[in-house]
Amino acid sequence: MSYSQRVGALLRQAGAEEGDYVKVVLDRSREYAGVLMPHHEFSDPDIIVLKLKSGYNIGLRMNEGARLEVLSKAVRKERPHRPANKSDERRRVGVLGTGGTIASYVDYRTGAVHPALSAEDLISAVPEMAELCQVEAKVVFSIFSENMMVEHWQRLAAEIADRLDSGDEGVIVPHGTDTMGYTAAALSFMLDDLPAPVVLVGAQRSSDRPSSDAYTNLISAARFCTSADAAEVFVLMHESISDTTAAVHRGTRVRKMHTSRRDAFQSVNEGPVARMDLDGKVEMLSPCRKRSSSKVKLRPAMEERVCLVQFYPGMSSSAFGALLRAHKGAVIAGTGLGHVSHELVHVIKDVVKEGIPVVMTSQCLNGRVNLNVYDTGRDLLSAGVIPGEDMLPETAMVKLMWALANSSDPEGTKDLMATNLRGEMSDRREA
Amino acid sequence: MAEHELICGIEIHQQLDTKKLFCSCSTDLVDDAGRDVHRRLRPTQSELGEVDRAALAQAERKMRFRYLAPSKVSCLVEVDEEPPHDADDDAIDITLTLAALLEAKVADEVHFMRKIVIDGSNTTGFQRTALVATDGVLTLEGKRIGIQSICLEEDAARKMESKGQEITYKLDRLGIPLIEVATGPDMHSPEEVKEVAARLGSLLRATKKVKRGLGTIREDLNISIPGGARVEIKGVQELRMLPEYVQREVDRQKGLLTIRGMLQGRGLVPLKVKVVDLSPVLRGCKSKVVAGALAKDGGAVLGVPLPGFEGVMRSADGKLRLGAEMAQRAKMRAGVMGIFHSDELPGYGISEEDVQAMTGQMGIGNGTAFAICADEARKARPALEAAVERANLALDGVPEETRDPQPDGSSSYSRPLPGASRMYPETDVKPIIVTEERMQAIKLHLPQLPEQTERKFVMRYGIHEQQARQIVREGYEDLFEEVASTYGMAAVAARTLLNTLPEIQKEGADISRLDDAALMSAFRALHEGAFAKEALPAVLKSMAGGRSVEDATKELGLVRMGSSEAEAVVAAIVREREAFVREKGMAAVGPLMGPVMERLRGKVDGKMASELLKKEISKMLQG
Repeated sequence: MSYSQRVGALLRQAGAEEGDYVKVVLDRSREYAGVLMPHHEFSDPDIIVLKLKSGYNIGLRMNEGARLEVLSKAVRKERPHRPANKSDERRRVGVLGTGGTIASYVDYRTGAVHPALSAEDLISAVPEMAELCQVEAKVVFSIFSENMMVEHWQRLAAEIADRLDSGDEGVIVPHGTDTMGYTAAALSFMLDDLPAPVVLVGAQRSSDRPSSDAYTNLISAARFCTSADAAEVFVLMHESISDTTAAVHRGTRVRKMHTSRRDAFQSVNEGPVARMDLDGKVEMLSPCRKRSSSKVKLRPAMEERVCLVQFYPGMSSSAFGALLRAHKGAVIAGTGLGHVSHELVHVIKDVVKEGIPVVMTSQCLNGRVNLNVYDTGRDLLSAGVIPGEDMLPETAMVKLMWALANSSDPEGTKDLMATNLRGEMSDRREA
Repeated sequence: MAEHELICGIEIHQQLDTKKLFCSCSTDLVDDAGRDVHRRLRPTQSELGEVDRAALAQAERKMRFRYLAPSKVSCLVEVDEEPPHDADDDAIDITLTLAALLEAKVADEVHFMRKIVIDGSNTTGFQRTALVATDGVLTLEGKRIGIQSICLEEDAARKMESKGQEITYKLDRLGIPLIEVATGPDMHSPEEVKEVAARLGSLLRATKKVKRGLGTIREDLNISIPGGARVEIKGVQELRMLPEYVQREVDRQKGLLTIRGMLQGRGLVPLKVKVVDLSPVLRGCKSKVVAGALAKDGGAVLGVPLPGFEGVMRSADGKLRLGAEMAQRAKMRAGVMGIFHSDELPGYGISEEDVQAMTGQMGIGNGTAFAICADEARKARPALEAAVERANLALDGVPEETRDPQPDGSSSYSRPLPGASRMYPETDVKPIIVTEERMQAIKLHLPQLPEQTERKFVMRYGIHEQQARQIVREGYEDLFEEVASTYGMAAVAARTLLNTLPEIQKEGADISRLDDAALMSAFRALHEGAFAKEALPAVLKSMAGGRSVEDATKELGLVRMGSSEAEAVVAAIVREREAFVREKGMAAVGPLMGPVMERLRGKVDGKMASELLKKEISKMLQG
């Protein structure tokens, strides 16, 4: 909500802007002086917020007759120049920003939180990075991760390829956590023959807080980039709710499994690839692709018109059919071993015949689909469904986007979907 | 206006008896530990790269934190794994009620802030706090004490232990709503400080929704004297100790001003730190501290000359004690046990010869001041640096700082005063609009004021006015009312709470263990006749040792005596003295009360004993 018309006019008349030091007289007994703060979305339209000398914010109702006067205009303080640390013998690591604030500064005067965008800002906020590597920072784009689209994945993939081809020891991609799993999967398929690791890193507690996990995750990512013999797309986040270790997950296997915990990211159907002791130790836990001197093979094409549908009891077959037919391919998160209702099997059969590939995964997430066990499964196979094996539904969807754009016919798409390309599926799962 | 010898303001922090401020956990303190979570905190950078003074002091110590998260009293919110929920409505209502009682001006909209605190006591690294009202007044015997602010905030985690680089906190206390009331710097004597604190305490209790018992109310004192500086003594828990802390701080600041005068008179300028290794000349030293340090791997005795500081580190009369201040800084900075300084040497096993050897090694004249530290060299060096920094500060008089209260009424250095601006908005908590309807409802249902309660006690229960005032002041009003109304024992309750408890405390009983529930159980037992009222002091004394009322009565041999048992005892006594009774007749009652009470004290009261005695005697005379 913004200001009411009256309060807006009052502020304009007084020439008051955010950051100005103002005096407010509400009535004979109430008078305040403080810095005018931005209007809070949930504040009442007649309320202005002042930051008092004590540091506290207070909301004041500007009733009829309330007066406001600017005592002094905001002083824009120059930010001190932070000299970049130039010592070229250290390993170079690219940091490609996508939005979100992996590191930030708080302006306690106004309460504003500013992201650290440049390499200089980043090093100044996280000086430990400079001890590990030479940082090459760049902001590719700045959006909330829920607004990420295929086009962003493509731009990011191209930037990463550039950085690695110019000799970076690894690339760190600070990313909002909501869709970090999708981006990790997309980059995994788009970037072939990686010579070095690409590490997506996020924070579940924002970087303006002393308790933020952003810094430990970022430092661990830099350490992984400079020391681990690994060359895939990974996600690095806290392994537990303690600040003791971080887990490195394969980009095609990782999923956000909690809305708020630091250890929200979990590998599904396999263990993490590595464990990073936050004091510096790197422990490789399972085999992965090694570093090489190859050039990146960039294959960014994607078919955007792919949907991911979760089946539920009683799902309308007509709505389901309409949704599938509005797309070029579909991934279904079925129940159990990979099932949908009898009615939907018929819809799928028709849709597949019309040339729309349908991939079956499980909403159980854990375990592999198996369409041989029950009648419904066998019917789905006959209908032409592609089993998604033990792929995560989201990974299967991203993979189908990529497979549709990187194959010339339905058989080709089906082959790609059935082949393990980036560790996204496997034949065995540990007991 | 005449200058006051003392300027003091207080901040009072009172826990509320509601749910937690930002989640639905209960607000009890528990014994079980729950699961462990390990964390670190890092000071956040402000826009201009300024890190807060106090935050830096904490970061210097590079602490790691371990949190114990017991179930039911802590959840994902306390471990900072889930955003805070909406602020508890009851807690806000109680705060608004207090604001109304103090005639303070209430915010139209309450905004929670994040106040940076990185000593680990908050898992987030900040305390959530909101300004609810400003500019109120407390009237005390005609004098108006200004109320600067009334805030609602979350309590910090409980510190359990500090070992090496790790501090352990328990999360049961984190998030308990606290009302913080800050007065103006309007108090000018130690006793006045106590009176104001007592009055604020009774107003808070008048809401009937605050926690009771030790640790549920804590006071911070802001003290300065003319020419001195603002010093904050943080977290005093015992009201009766307030005047002592204030007086001692006044004395400390006066001492520091005297020291400044002496040092300036000596024309001193700040010293440079010049650390000298004294280990080679102390191999034969008899001091256990010195020998212990030299036996350690990397251990050493390091010294710094302090020319000009003779006699101010500890004066002969003990009034000047800069040495203690220097030692506290050294302990805080480097984690050493302490330092020795030349005003206290020879001593502690360090001989005159040792002192001469040390001054020789440092190349300073005999009689020149110095300080030494015996520990691992990597700790002793920063310890001495901190000590010299503190010594140099004495040239400017009293440094502003935060101090911890010690149980003996003194205080010790804890950290610099926090800078002013280290707050930014808590964006996870919605602002709370205080509507006119809400304020009107609060004003319509204001609780009974302490003086109204006092009047009621006098009128309804017939106790003396002075007793009533003291009951309310000491915080016994709820207990008293319950005992008086349920058991009809107003006089006993008043006497017990106001006289017996202080008496048994003087005799060494720990009456802090006698909380309202314990006292209530004693009154109930008394009412049910488990013992006679003469035995109550002994019972309470025993309960203060940690026993239940049942165990206390058992231990004292106060098994409940039915009238038939008592009758048998009395009858036996009468029979033993049959000749005497027959001779004296009913006049034997008086003389026999002695032996009877000797056997029955605490088991039946005097009135009943006398009746039984009369009955038995007349039975014998008739029979």
